[in-house]
Amino acid sequence: MDTLQEILDTLKRNKLRTTLTGLSVSWGIFILIVLLGAGNGLQNGVTENFNERATNRIGLWSGTTSMPYKGLKSRRNLRFMEKQLTAIADEIPESRKISPRSGVTQIISFGQEYGSYNITGVTPDFVDLELPVIKPGDGRFINQLDEKEANKVIVLDQKIVDVLFKNKSAVGEYVKVGQLMFKVVGVNSKKTRWGTPRGYIPFTTSQLIFNTDKKFNQIIFSVDGLDTKAANEKFDENVRQVMSRSLIFDPKDKEALWVNNSQQDYLQTMSIFGSINIFVTIIGLLTLIAGIVGVSNIMLVSVKERTREIGIRKAIGATPAAILKNIVVEAIIITAIFGYIGMLAGIGLTEGVNMIMEQSAAATVNSDEVQMSIFKNPTVNIGIVFFSTTILVVSGVIAGYMPARKAVKVKPIEAMRNE
Amino acid sequence: MIKLRNINKSYRTEAISLHVLKGIDLDIRQGEYVSIMGVSGSGKSTLLNILGILDTYDTGEYRLNGTLIKDLSEKQAAHYRNELIGFVFQSFNLINFKNALENVALPLYYKDIGRKKRNAMAMEALDKMGLKDWAHHLPSELSGGQKQRVAIARAMISNPKVILADEPTGALDSKTTVEMMGVLTDLNRQGITMIIVTHESSVASVTNRVIHLRDGIIEKDEPFVQEQKI
Repeated sequence: MDTLQEILDTLKRNKLRTTLTGLSVSWGIFILIVLLGAGNGLQNGVTENFNERATNRIGLWSGTTSMPYKGLKSRRNLRFMEKQLTAIADEIPESRKISPRSGVTQIISFGQEYGSYNITGVTPDFVDLELPVIKPGDGRFINQLDEKEANKVIVLDQKIVDVLFKNKSAVGEYVKVGQLMFKVVGVNSKKTRWGTPRGYIPFTTSQLIFNTDKKFNQIIFSVDGLDTKAANEKFDENVRQVMSRSLIFDPKDKEALWVNNSQQDYLQTMSIFGSINIFVTIIGLLTLIAGIVGVSNIMLVSVKERTREIGIRKAIGATPAAILKNIVVEAIIITAIFGYIGMLAGIGLTEGVNMIMEQSAAATVNSDEVQMSIFKNPTVNIGIVFFSTTILVVSGVIAGYMPARKAVKVKPIEAMRNE
Repeated sequence: MIKLRNINKSYRTEAISLHVLKGIDLDIRQGEYVSIMGVSGSGKSTLLNILGILDTYDTGEYRLNGTLIKDLSEKQAAHYRNELIGFVFQSFNLINFKNALENVALPLYYKDIGRKKRNAMAMEALDKMGLKDWAHHLPSELSGGQKQRVAIARAMISNPKVILADEPTGALDSKTTVEMMGVLTDLNRQGITMIIVTHESSVASVTNRVIHLRDGIIEKDEPFVQEQKI
C-alpha cells in the first residue's frame, strides 16, 4: 500500500513523463484495434455479399452463335430445352441441384390492382440455388407436388404483394396471371440488388401455359467439389463441351453460351481476401512492434533521466531490489492503465462505427434494394485485443526493467554526479 | 567507531592502474569531529566513499561500529548505510520532484516505517533545522542554505552513528557556511561522529581533528587547538 502511494506520488509529480509513456501505449493499442477492426470489417462485408446466393452456383445463359459450326450458320439464336437439363444431370458429374429459369412477362392482377411482372418457371431446387427468403407466416416455396402436378400456384416477391394487396395478407388468395387464376402459396421477401420483381411458378406449369415452345434461356445448378481455380477452369471447359454437343455450337464460341461460375468468383475473392488478411496481420504486427519500440524507448530514457534519483535513493539506504520494484511496478501501472484506455478507445470507435452502420442498415430495411456493402461489423476479437495489450504491457515492463537493473548497479556517487 | 587497517584501492582501466589509496590506517572514535583535507586527486573522495560503503576497497580491513565491512551484498550495504550513516553532499542531492518533508522522510520509507509516522518524524527533524514553514516547498523553491539544512535533516532522520559530509559548504556563501558549520557542530555535540571532507581550512578549523591526505597516504593527522577555532 505504501509502495503504491510512493509510486503514484512519483507518477503524479512527473506528469509529462507519465503522459508521454502512457500515450505511446494507448496509441499503439488504439491503432492496432482500429486496423484489425477495419480488416475484419472488410472481410465481413465481402463475405456478406456472398450470402445472397449459394456460393457453389453455376448460371448458364444461352446466347447467339458467332461462328459457323458443323454446317450450321453463324448468328443462330440458341435456347435451352429440357434435354439440356438432362445433359447437365447426366454428363456433368459435379452437378447437384438443377433448376431452369423460364421467363415471360405477364399482367398479374388482384381485384382492382394490377401490374406487369416477370413470371419465372423454376423447380423446387431453386430454393437451394437462389436462396429465396420466406418468412414464417408467409407460406412456402414451390414444392415437388406442385412440380409434379403442374399446379397453378405462384410465389410472389414482396414488392408485388405490396402493390396488389397493400397491407393485406396474400397467402391463400388467388391472383390472375394472364388469363388464368393462380393461388398465392408464398411471399418471397428476399431483397434483390438488381432485376424486376418476379412471380415464381412451377417449371412444369410454365412449360404448359406460357412456354408453349418449351424453350427457355437460363439454367442454374449447384456443384460440389470445385475447390481450386484449376478445377473450376476444367469444369467450365467441360460444361462448354457438354452444352456444345447438346445445343450444337462451336465449343470455342464464347457468345453461344454464357457461364457464370459463382464458385470461381467466391474462390477468387476469398484468395484476394486471404492476401488482405495477411496484409492486415503484418501491418498489425508492425504496429505492435512500433508500439513496443516506442514504449521501450521512453522507458529507457525515463530510467536514464532518473539515474541521479536512483543514486540518491541508494545513498540513503534503498536496496537495489526496492528501487527495481518501484520502477517495475511503475511501468506496470502506466502501461496497464494507458493500455486499457487505448483499448477502450479502440473498441469504442469500432463498436461505434458498427452501431452507426447497423442503424443505417436498419433504416434501409424497408427500402427497395440492399446496399452493396464491402464493409460490415468492423469489430475485433476481444482475445486478440487482450493479447496485444498484454504484450505491450509486458514489453513496457521489460523495457523499464533492463535499464533500471543497470542503473541500480551504478555506484551512488557516480549516479549522483549525473546531473 | 571506525577502524581502517592498511586500506588499498586502485582504479583499473584497460591500460592503466591508478593506485589511489596506498595503505590507510585510521581510527575514529565515537563522537569525534574530524575533517579530511587534501588537494583534488589526493584520494579524499575515494576514502569518503569507502567509509560510506558507497565503494569497495581492494585490500585491508574496514570495521564500522565493530562490523567488518567487506564483500557485502548490495542489500547488506544498503542496510548499513540506512542504519549507521547519514550523508550530506556538496550538491545537496535532494530529489527535485519531492518537497522538503518528503525528501527528509524518504530514508524512513526504506526502513518500512508507515507514512504517518514518517511524516511526523520528518516534520520534527525539519523543525529542529528551523524549516518547519518550508516543509511543503520543493527544493527549487529553497535557498542553498535551506537545501543543505533539508539534506542534513534527511541525514539525521534515521539516527545515524556517523555523518559523512562531502564538501558540505562547497556550494554556499561564507555567511551560510558559518551557519552550516554551526549546525554540524551542534549535531556533533549531541554525540554524532562527524566526518567532513573539505578543502577549506576555515571549515576544517571548526573541527577537532584534521587529517591531511596526499597521494593516497595520510600525511598529517593533528588535533586542532581550541583557540584557533572561528
